[in-house]
Amino acid sequence: MLALLVAQNIAFYIIAVMMVFGAIRVVTTKNVMHAALWLVLVLSGAAAQFILLAAEFVAITQVLVYLGAIIVLFLFGIMLTRAKTGTDDDLDNKKSAKFIGAGIGLALFGLMSYSLIDGFKDTEFGDLTVQRTAEVSDSIFSTYLLPFEVLSVLLLAALIGAIVIARRD
Amino acid sequence: MTLLLASFDPPYWLSTLIKVVVVSAVVPTTALILGMVFLFKIMSWMQSRLGPQEAGPRGTLQLLADGVKFLQKEDIAPNGADRWVFKVAPLVVLMSTLLLYVALPASMRLVVADLDVGVFFVLAISSLSVIGVLMAGWASANKYSLMGALRAAGQLIAYELPMVLAVVGVVIQAGTMSLNGIVFAQADGAIFGWGGIGNPYILTQFVGFFIFIAAVQAELTQPPFDMPVAESEIVSGYQVEYTGFRFLIFFLAEFATAFAFAAIAAVLFLGGWAVPWLPTSSDWYYVLGPIVLFAKVMMVAFIIFWVRFTYPRFREDQLQSLAWKVLIPLALVNIVVTAALKVVL
Repeated sequence: MLALLVAQNIAFYIIAVMMVFGAIRVVTTKNVMHAALWLVLVLSGAAAQFILLAAEFVAITQVLVYLGAIIVLFLFGIMLTRAKTGTDDDLDNKKSAKFIGAGIGLALFGLMSYSLIDGFKDTEFGDLTVQRTAEVSDSIFSTYLLPFEVLSVLLLAALIGAIVIARRD
Repeated sequence: MTLLLASFDPPYWLSTLIKVVVVSAVVPTTALILGMVFLFKIMSWMQSRLGPQEAGPRGTLQLLADGVKFLQKEDIAPNGADRWVFKVAPLVVLMSTLLLYVALPASMRLVVADLDVGVFFVLAISSLSVIGVLMAGWASANKYSLMGALRAAGQLIAYELPMVLAVVGVVIQAGTMSLNGIVFAQADGAIFGWGGIGNPYILTQFVGFFIFIAAVQAELTQPPFDMPVAESEIVSGYQVEYTGFRFLIFFLAEFATAFAFAAIAAVLFLGGWAVPWLPTSSDWYYVLGPIVLFAKVMMVAFIIFWVRFTYPRFREDQLQSLAWKVLIPLALVNIVVTAALKVVL
C-alpha cells in the first residue's frame, strides 16, 4: 500500500515537471505550430494525472476530447491560415499584455491553491480504487442531473452561436 | 498445457515485461500477415494476376524482403523541413497503434489491461494518430504533404462521430464498455430465448456494424476513403517526403491499425474470442481464444480489404456529406431503437 503511494508520488512529480516545462514552452516558443504541439504534451500529462488518481473515464475523455478533437482542430486551423515552417518574431504579445497575462495566471494559481488547501486540509487519500464508469454515469444522471442538463443546453447554445457567426448569408 | 497456462501467475515486473515484448512482437507480425495475405495475394486474386512469386514459397516472404529493403535505405529529411517534428511524427502514429493493442482481449486473461472503459479507450487512442499525420504533413514543408494532412484532419471530423455512435448501440445492448464484458454479454446472450450460439451482436446491431466498418475504412485512409494519401492527386499526401524506416513505420502502423480495428469489430459484433458451446470460463481459451479471435479478424479484414480493392475514391466533401447526412442520422436512429428495445425487453 505504502509502496504504491510512493510510486504514485514519484510518477506525479515526473509528469508534473514535464507538464510545467511543456506549458512554459507553449507561451515562449516562437513557432505557432510548436506551441500547439507543446500543448499536446501538457494535455496528455493531465490525462496521465487522472489515471494516477484512478479516474479512468475522466482520463480517457480528456484524451478523446482534448487530444483527439481540440488539438486536431487547432492544428487544422493553424495549417489553413499560417502554416509557416520556421520561427515568427511577431508572435509575441506587447509588454503590457504580457503583464496582464502573468497577473491572471498568478491570480488563478493563488485561487486554486487556496481552494485545494482549504478544501482538503490534512486529508490523506486512502486506498485508491479504480472508479467504475457506471458510478460516474449514475452520479451524473441522478445527483448532478440538473447541472448536467444546464451545461448541455449551454454548449448547444454556444454551438448554434458559432454557426450563426460563421455563416456568411 | 492449458492447466499449466492457467496456473501461471508471474510477479508484476515479469508480467509487464512479457506484455511489452508480446505487444511489440505482435504489432509488426499482424501488419506482415495482413499485407501478405490481403495486399499481395487476395488483391492479385481479385485482379486476376499472380502477385509476387519469387521470394520464399509462392512469394510469401516478399513483404519481409521489402521490409529489409526499406531498412537499408537512407533516412532523408528535406532541407526546409522542421527536422525534429518531421522525425518524431511517424513515432506518434506508431504509438497510437501500439496503445490500441493494450485493450484488445485474446481471451479472458490474455489481455494487456482489461480496462473498464475498453471501447472508449480504443476510440480515443485511435484518433491520436491524426496528430502524427498532421505533424508529418506540416513538417515536410511540401505542398502535397500539407494538402494530405489537411485532408486527414477533415476526414477525422467526418468519421469520428459515426464510429463512436455506432459503438454506442453495442454498449447499450451489452450494458458495459469493457471489451471482455461485451464478449461475455454476447456469449451468454440468447436469441428469442434460444442460447444455442449466444447472441453475436451482428444479428441485432447490423446497422451499427455497417456504420462501424464504413468509419473504419475512413479511419484507415483506405479506398474508397483514401483522399489523404491519394496517389493520383497528391502523390502520397503526408508520406511524400518520407524514406527508409520512417516510411516503413507509417506502412506498419497502417496495417497493424487495420488488424486492430478488425479485432475490435470482431469483439464488438462477432463475439470476440469466444465460441458457442464452450463456456467462457473454460481453460481451453488460453490456447483457443487467440486462434478464434484471429479467424474472426481475418473475416472482418477480408470485408475491409474487399471494399478497398473494389470501389473508386470518394471526394473529401462527398465523404463529409455521407458521414453527416447518412451515417450519423442512421447511427442516432439505431441508438434510439436499441435503447427503446433494451428498456422494453
